[in-house]
Formats: sequence, structure tokens, C-alpha cells
Amino acid sequence: MQLTSRPHPGATVLVAAERIDQASAGEFLAALQAELKQHDPAAAPVVIDFAGVDYISSVGLRALMVIAREIKAGKGKIGIAALQPLVREVFGIARFDLVIPCFDSVEDAIAKLST
Amino acid sequence: MKVKFWGTRGSLPVAATAADIRSKIVAALTAANGRQFGSPEEIESFAEQLPFAVAGGYGGHSSCVELIAGGAEHFICDLGSGARPLGQNKIATHGPQRPQTYHVFLSHLHWDHLMGLPFFVPIYLPGNRIVIHGCHAEMEAAVRLQMSEPCFPVAFSQIAASVEFDRLEPGGTYEIAGVRVTPKLQLHHGDSYGYRFEKDGRSFVYSTDSEHKLNNPETAAGFIDFFRAADLVVFDAMYSLADAVSVKADWGHSSNIIGIELCQEAGARRLALFHHEPVHDDAQLDRLLEESRRFEEITRDGRAPLEIISAYDGLTIPL
Ligand SMILES: [Zn+2]
Ligand SMILES: [Zn+2]
Repeated sequence: MQLTSRPHPGATVLVAAERIDQASAGEFLAALQAELKQHDPAAAPVVIDFAGVDYISSVGLRALMVIAREIKAGKGKIGIAALQPLVREVFGIARFDLVIPCFDSVEDAIAKLST
Repeated sequence: MKVKFWGTRGSLPVAATAADIRSKIVAALTAANGRQFGSPEEIESFAEQLPFAVAGGYGGHSSCVELIAGGAEHFICDLGSGARPLGQNKIATHGPQRPQTYHVFLSHLHWDHLMGLPFFVPIYLPGNRIVIHGCHAEMEAAVRLQMSEPCFPVAFSQIAASVEFDRLEPGGTYEIAGVRVTPKLQLHHGDSYGYRFEKDGRSFVYSTDSEHKLNNPETAAGFIDFFRAADLVVFDAMYSLADAVSVKADWGHSSNIIGIELCQEAGARRLALFHHEPVHDDAQLDRLLEESRRFEEITRDGRAPLEIISAYDGLTIPL
């Protein structure tokens, strides 16, 4: 698992990569929380670029739920962008797409979350 | 060994409504599309090809699962409303005169898992022996309370069969009528217990009303061990994963995805989705099964395939 941030004027764009599973979910959650300490989610939407993520397990999805709730509690918005087709399918089966919106691209996510 | 499902619904029994039946008929006739059938067999084979939600249905009795272990004594997991047809089947098979021994294993004492006892006819027949096994200290008190005024008109003292209570310790292993039984503590309001049954190299795990928090790898490892190489795992798949970790967190139930992941890790052979959400109709349960199979396929990662079924009232699975 890797998490980096990419500068963007209109959003906090975080870039996740590789596998988010039992072994890495704790690290993933800690990295997300550390990033969000530096960016006020109420000021700009948080978009996680998932293009590089090829697997996410239930433990990883739970980490996303924890983050989504923290962001919503802080009056911010979160979206996941550019999911690989199988990862997108997992979001649907888990019904996560009903709770955390999924977008085709980072730009699409920013445009829709900024309105 | 075989496993027969008598009640598979969670929380509250449900029944098909007039609208449910009508939509099945409409779907079947739509699929037939004006076709003529030459014989009842042709109609049967046409019905065979329809989706399960159209030509069948999951049923609505609450939790009751029978383990047919091959010996003279009977094994039953939970006494939800499915215990009524189970009891009638036993009377029909063995007659009212031939005394039988029933071993009941209670996951916990919530009413959907206990409500069938007063309607389990073998308790009213002298000579029968009912042994209620479980890990809760309040087991006998809960059973007696349910069969007392004002909850029920027939008092526990009017039961004609002999009833014994056998308190088990989670983590212990017991030999009961030729079957090795291991109970395990699970996360649920007031605690619940799963049971692993083993005989002749076959294994069956009954694990319902069990929440998995996903924040503790050691707890997960405990369940992976409990499910290890099981021929069948019956698993509480009441909620979607999203609901289970958000709005319905702490409600004491789990999801299809967690069941699949634990069974994959454990190298289990077959998973039965169980404790179905009462709000779901047959079409939704069909869809959940299809999605569960798809999830297993895309996360298989080189492992042997895990067979996934969705339990329904009346289903028998040979192990
Ligand atoms: Zn229940
Ligand atoms: Zn319960």
C-alpha cells in the first residue's frame, strides 16, 4: 500500500496504490488520517485517486468508512476516483458506492464534489 | 453427515405475501412467453430453469438447522420457528411412540432462536429426551420464562419429555453422541456462540448472530481457525458490508463479504449465507447470492474455489 498527495488548487487529492488488505489497512488508515491533519476537509473536497489500487479487502473498506465519517463530521466531502473495474465492482457488492461516491476520474470527482 | 435447513431468516419470521406470489406467477408466465406444454414433466423441466426466486423461494422461518450425523440421536442448532416443521417431520418419521433423543445447541437466547421450542411437538411426548446445550448461564431461565404466563399458555412444567440443560465452555471440546463439538464465543448483544461439529473427517460450522469488527487481526485469526477446512460454514450474512460497518455497526450481525473472506482464509469448502434480512424478498436474496459468487471469483487469487450457497428453508446439503 502507498499513499501520497498530489497538489491541486481545488481539492485535496490523495493517491493510493497497490493492495489494501489485512496487512496494510492499518497503515492506510494512519496515512489517511495524517494527510487529513494537514488539509481542512471543509475547505476543499477530498478525492482519493484509486487508479493504482488493484485490491481492497473488507478491512481496507472499513478504513475508508472511518475516514469518510471523520470527513463528514468535519463538514467536508469525500469521493473515490478512477477505480479499476474489479475494485469498482467490489465497491458495488459491498454497497460502499451508496455511502462514498465513486467517480470515473479525479477531475470528474472534483467537479461534482465542488458544487 | 448432512445438514438440513429448517429456518434461515434473521430476527423475525416472515411469510410470502399475495403480492410476492403474484409477481412470481407473472414472472413465470412472462418467461413462458405463450409456450404450450405437452406434459406435466415438460412444465416441471421448464420450472427447473427459472430463477430460484421465481420458481422457489427462501422461506421465512427463523433460525433452525439440523445436523444429520448418521447416529440414532438428533442434532439441532437453535430453536427458531423452523423447529415447528422439524418437530412435525420427526414425529412423521419416527412415530409418536418411539422415544428419541434430541441434542439442541443454542447460539444464544434471543427470541428468534428460541421461539420454536413451545411448538416443537417432541417435547410434549413422554419418553423423549431433550438435551439443551449452550454456553449462557441464563439458558434454563430463558427457556422457562418463554414457557410461562403471560408469554405462553403452556407452562414449562407441562412438558412431558425429559429436558436437561448442559452448560458448555467456549473453547472446550466435547464428544456428544459420537460428534465432536467445539463452541466459540462471538460478538453479539448478550454474547452468542458458534459451534463446530466434526465426525468421520467431515466438519460443519454454525456461526450466526456474530459481528466481525475488522479492527483486530487476532480476533479474525480466531475465526479463521474455527472455520479451518470446514466442509460447510453457516454464516450470518444479514447486512451489506457498508451497513455492517456504519449505520448497523454494533447491531450484532455480519455480511456476505466478511464470510467469504474468512472462509477463503480458512480454506473452507462451502459457505452458506444465513440469517437473511427479513426485509429482503426472494429476488434480492438471489441477487445477493449472485454478487457473493462474483466477489469470491474476483478475489480467489489462485486459491481453490469456495462454493457459495444461500440457505433456504428445506435445503439439505450432504457434507
Ligand atoms: Zn438472530
Ligand atoms: Zn441475536
